[in-house]
Amino acid sequence: MKPFTYERADSPAAAAAAAARNPGSRFIAGGTNLLDLMKLQIETPPHLVDVTGLKLDRIDKTDDGGLRIGALVRNTDLAADDRVRRDYGVLSRALLAGASGQLRNMATTAGNLLQRTRCPYFYDTNMPCNKRTPGSGCSAIGGYSRQLAVVGSSGSCIATHPSDMAVAMRALDAMVETVRSDGSTRTIPIADFHRLPGETPHIDTNLAPAELITAVTLPKPLGGKHIYKKVRDRASYAFALISVAAVIGKDGKGRVTIGGVAHKPWRVDAADAQLPQGAKATAQALFADAKPTKDNAYKIPLVERTLGVVLAQAGAKS
Amino acid sequence: MASELEITRRGVLAGGAATAAMATTNPARAQMTNQTTPPPTVPVTLDVNGTSHTLNLDTRTSLLDALREHIKLTGTKKGCDQGQCGACTVLVDGKRINSCLTLAVMQQGKRIQTVEGLGTPDSLHPMQAAFVKHDGYQCGYCTPGQICSAVAVIAEIRAGIPSHVTPDLTAKPQLADAEIRERMSGNICRCGAYSNIVEAITEVAGAKA
Amino acid sequence: MKFDTPATTNPIDQLKIVGKPVDRIDGPLKTTGTASYAYERHDVAANPAYGHILGSAIAKGRIASIDTREAIAAPGVLAVVTAQNAGALMKGDFNTAKLLAGPEVQHYHQAVALVVAETFEQARAAAGLIKVDYTRADGAYDLEKAKSSATKPKDMDGDAPDSKVGDFASAFAAAPVQIDATYHTPDVSHAMMEPHASIAAWKGDELSLWTSNQMIDWGRGDVAKTLGIPKDKVHLSSPYIGGGFGGKLFVRSDAILAALGARAAKRPVKVALQRALVANNTTHRPATIQRVRIGASRDGKITAIAHENWSGDLPGGGPDSSVQQTRMLYAAPNRMTATRLAVLDLPESNAMRAPGEATGHMALEVAMDEMAEKLGMDPVQFRILNDSQVVPDDNGKTDRPFSQRQLVECLRQGADTFGWTGRNAKPAQRREGDWLIGMGVASAYRGAPTQKSGARVRLDGSGMVTVETDMTDIGTGSYTIIAQTAAEMMGVPLDKVVVKLGDTAYPVSAGSGGQWGAASSTAGVYAACTKLREAVATKLGFSTADVTFADGKVSSAGRSVALGEAAGPGGLVAEDTMEFGDLSEKYQHSTFGAHFVEVAVDMHTCEVRLRRMLAVCAAGRILNPKSARSQVIGAMTMGAGAALMEELAVDNRFGFFVNHDLAGYEVPVHADIPHQDVVFLDETDPTVSPMKAKGVGELGICGVAAAVANAIYNATGVRVREYPITLDKLISQMPALV
Repeated sequence: MKPFTYERADSPAAAAAAAARNPGSRFIAGGTNLLDLMKLQIETPPHLVDVTGLKLDRIDKTDDGGLRIGALVRNTDLAADDRVRRDYGVLSRALLAGASGQLRNMATTAGNLLQRTRCPYFYDTNMPCNKRTPGSGCSAIGGYSRQLAVVGSSGSCIATHPSDMAVAMRALDAMVETVRSDGSTRTIPIADFHRLPGETPHIDTNLAPAELITAVTLPKPLGGKHIYKKVRDRASYAFALISVAAVIGKDGKGRVTIGGVAHKPWRVDAADAQLPQGAKATAQALFADAKPTKDNAYKIPLVERTLGVVLAQAGAKS
Repeated sequence: MASELEITRRGVLAGGAATAAMATTNPARAQMTNQTTPPPTVPVTLDVNGTSHTLNLDTRTSLLDALREHIKLTGTKKGCDQGQCGACTVLVDGKRINSCLTLAVMQQGKRIQTVEGLGTPDSLHPMQAAFVKHDGYQCGYCTPGQICSAVAVIAEIRAGIPSHVTPDLTAKPQLADAEIRERMSGNICRCGAYSNIVEAITEVAGAKA
Repeated sequence: MKFDTPATTNPIDQLKIVGKPVDRIDGPLKTTGTASYAYERHDVAANPAYGHILGSAIAKGRIASIDTREAIAAPGVLAVVTAQNAGALMKGDFNTAKLLAGPEVQHYHQAVALVVAETFEQARAAAGLIKVDYTRADGAYDLEKAKSSATKPKDMDGDAPDSKVGDFASAFAAAPVQIDATYHTPDVSHAMMEPHASIAAWKGDELSLWTSNQMIDWGRGDVAKTLGIPKDKVHLSSPYIGGGFGGKLFVRSDAILAALGARAAKRPVKVALQRALVANNTTHRPATIQRVRIGASRDGKITAIAHENWSGDLPGGGPDSSVQQTRMLYAAPNRMTATRLAVLDLPESNAMRAPGEATGHMALEVAMDEMAEKLGMDPVQFRILNDSQVVPDDNGKTDRPFSQRQLVECLRQGADTFGWTGRNAKPAQRREGDWLIGMGVASAYRGAPTQKSGARVRLDGSGMVTVETDMTDIGTGSYTIIAQTAAEMMGVPLDKVVVKLGDTAYPVSAGSGGQWGAASSTAGVYAACTKLREAVATKLGFSTADVTFADGKVSSAGRSVALGEAAGPGGLVAEDTMEFGDLSEKYQHSTFGAHFVEVAVDMHTCEVRLRRMLAVCAAGRILNPKSARSQVIGAMTMGAGAALMEELAVDNRFGFFVNHDLAGYEVPVHADIPHQDVVFLDETDPTVSPMKAKGVGELGICGVAAAVANAIYNATGVRVREYPITLDKLISQMPALV
């Protein structure tokens, strides 16, 4: 971990301004991913802006009947919120499927969205990695790729996004609210928040430098069956091999987002449209452009089989 | 679908005839300019097991290292230093966290409880006594983290916080084996004392119910 | 004391304390965080500096140049140790690769430098400032590819690598029912929770190391050899060890580099391996390729059995002795085993819990399941039918008896307890909701070796008994069973015994390895206590013929004296070493068991979850059923990991284990492990030691993974011969979804 200076911010705009004053700085709240990466010198910010005092830890109703989740709401608290459990079960389930009790007590809503990949080559600074060191190459391609992306990847990067929460939020069409260093705010649809790797895998999201997430809003409750099914080797405390977040209506229509298969939560409009036709048709639409490796090709039939059981649980055609 | 070979060609070429000199790609070097400047330090006051400790710490000091190296409370263990084992579990304001993944400076003013704050060899906390009785440990290295977690798990279930295995999200979770196993899964025990640990926790939870 | 005739009745047979499930005496310390592990010894070395190891970025080649100037100039840095300034270093007898690379690099993450600084944070940061230019050389990393170049090693853990009885080839060819299957087991990591750690301090030419090491005397010798100093100038202390499983049998880079760092910085230095280094910097259990062939008559009698194993290691290393149990378990007139070793440039292969048998059962016991099915026999009955009461293949000889062999009883009792008759012999028949349910069984075999072991016992004027031995407790319960032994021998309650372990100041013991620790170290304590009893009796003028030690008193011919009084204010001390004669040559000393497992396999996602686990063990006298049971459930858990998830993934291009942290290398968590049952059969073995005990901590892992594999087959009809059995290996063959 390289030395850094540290300050506590007292308002979101002040935090963004502080970050802008110190190029390369990072916001810290839960710290569960950032500090790990800093210890390994994968992240080397010269300055940390502690945002835990910003009082962004409330969950409020929005005017249109949705929920506004403060950026600093801890994963445990979000999962346990009565309104989330009742109206957005897929989100609660996704959160509870992630990490451990200790980590969920630390990790925040914004930090969860900003998790970096768990690709083992990204984590090993001796290895070429375009995400960590642009232009150095991708060691995962042709390497150990069992956990890595099957779709939306590029010749530069086959990393996956590790979050469970973001997968559910993508299914819910959440919106990410931010503030920039000049005090201006904007709202980014979650679909546009995370990026595909392309030739710039080192850029995970469309946030500008020093832009701070202040909240995530959920639209008014969708109804339907909320299911989050995570598939992994060990029974808990493991990243997803694949996961399925689904909200399915009685008519079999709905939306589905897949985790563990791409650089971002993977949702395809054409696949949502196929849901009433069942798992096979949906999976075909999800993976029309898939480029699996020998070691991770299993993810495609696995998603199809998992979609089948999810649709069956929802009482829809599987 | 593109073939894997095709992707491989565009990716890194390694091994084979790669006998050329290779420099490590450690990013640390590139930006290091003024490395002889002493690292920033900050005054920090930590409330640990009811005792206040005022320290002047390198900003990089984790809560775990502050406890182990500065306050010399070594009951909290370093197993991985990256949130992947749970040996460093402590309670902060009553909630369990991995002390390796937070900076000491960020815990200013919080109420920190470590395994030493639960009980002593002569006056064991009920959870500690149950671990001894049920042999819920072997090498002992993960044990303080398991015990801190176990105390918090019972409180979390009682507080109605759901888990991955809670059958009905809108109902109160039960003190069932499956709940305990799921919630304790952030504490790895390589010696494999899990079966006994669950029995210890179940006994303590039952006694308090 | 020499143990060369079978034990008769002795004070241990009173079983007032030995054999009782007493709580561990170190429990209150371990559960309160007051047992101090190596890195935590603030009491022994004032103001230590912090060392941080830089591991090699390449697997094989040379360090072309190393530039430490920036690191040396960094804040707080006191010294940087590399091969260039470390002075001449030898290689320890127990190491295959050197512990400090340079200029040659032998494996990935081999240490290339140690940075010593005032603080941990400074040392870690400065390690990132070292610039190393490597010249990469081609290496061999793929066992499958290297298999054809494998050669016959000098030996296999002291045994002959090959064995032969009768004429396997002809008998197998003639057998009406045959199995010929090849199994793969991956490289796996000990992944103990406490990373290797040491504090080093020099006083003149004497080195003290507070470290985490299973074998104190081996460690002392190898530290001395590596540094080129006399053995008696090296002191090791290792009272608590946060898990070892074989990974701390040997001196590793933390100890040597702490010593070198302390010499360079002229300060005590503490070093712990960062977790990311543990997999590649230290040792691991090697991957194996195993071919098993079994030929049988139609009525299920094995006529021919062969087991061949291939594994790899660095030049000068050794093979995995996976064929070992196949020489011991089942009768067959025609048999052969063979062990071949390939050179691989991966990190050093070495012992891990039940080396050999742990992997060997993963092949043999699945082959037995496959054969039983082919024969249409119940797999429990098939094993029972082929039991042997003599060693089936004792390097070509076949008439040596086992001192005890209750394999059949283990299988029978296990089947009864587990409800084995409820198993449907036809796979993929039992379904509960989305789950396919199956049961599996495997036999368990592990040797019961003994090793010379010494102890010193002190009796003070207050009647307290203090045992000192360099034996270690790696979670095995050594503290407690040694205390029980001394209490039983001296006739005092457990709380009158203090046990001091893991220090070169104490007599050399067997140490913790090879499942010999419990039987050997308690025998050493028995020997020392026997001598102390004689000293007490002699001092009191008591006849040693009728003297008794009970209730804190020593009595003879109507006279009774309190122990403390007998010792007097100066106390009494006795020291002895138990040495073992040739009984283990007259009798094969072994432990046996049977594992039963029930799994559920999600018919959609193919995830495997364990539902029930049972082990039945016959392992001599169980000195403490509570801690012995823990050894077995822990081993069952590690076996479950081997079956279902554990694999060090090899990158064949770069030559390293990619998943080198505890998120990438998954070991079982709480949610993976159901309630576990363990049954110990009544057994005392007077030919092993006066304690009549054997070990059990390694037996417990033998066969577990095979039982899981067999249960998965029973649940799904899918036979996977490549561990770990992850869902991607099941998915293409799963029964059709209904």
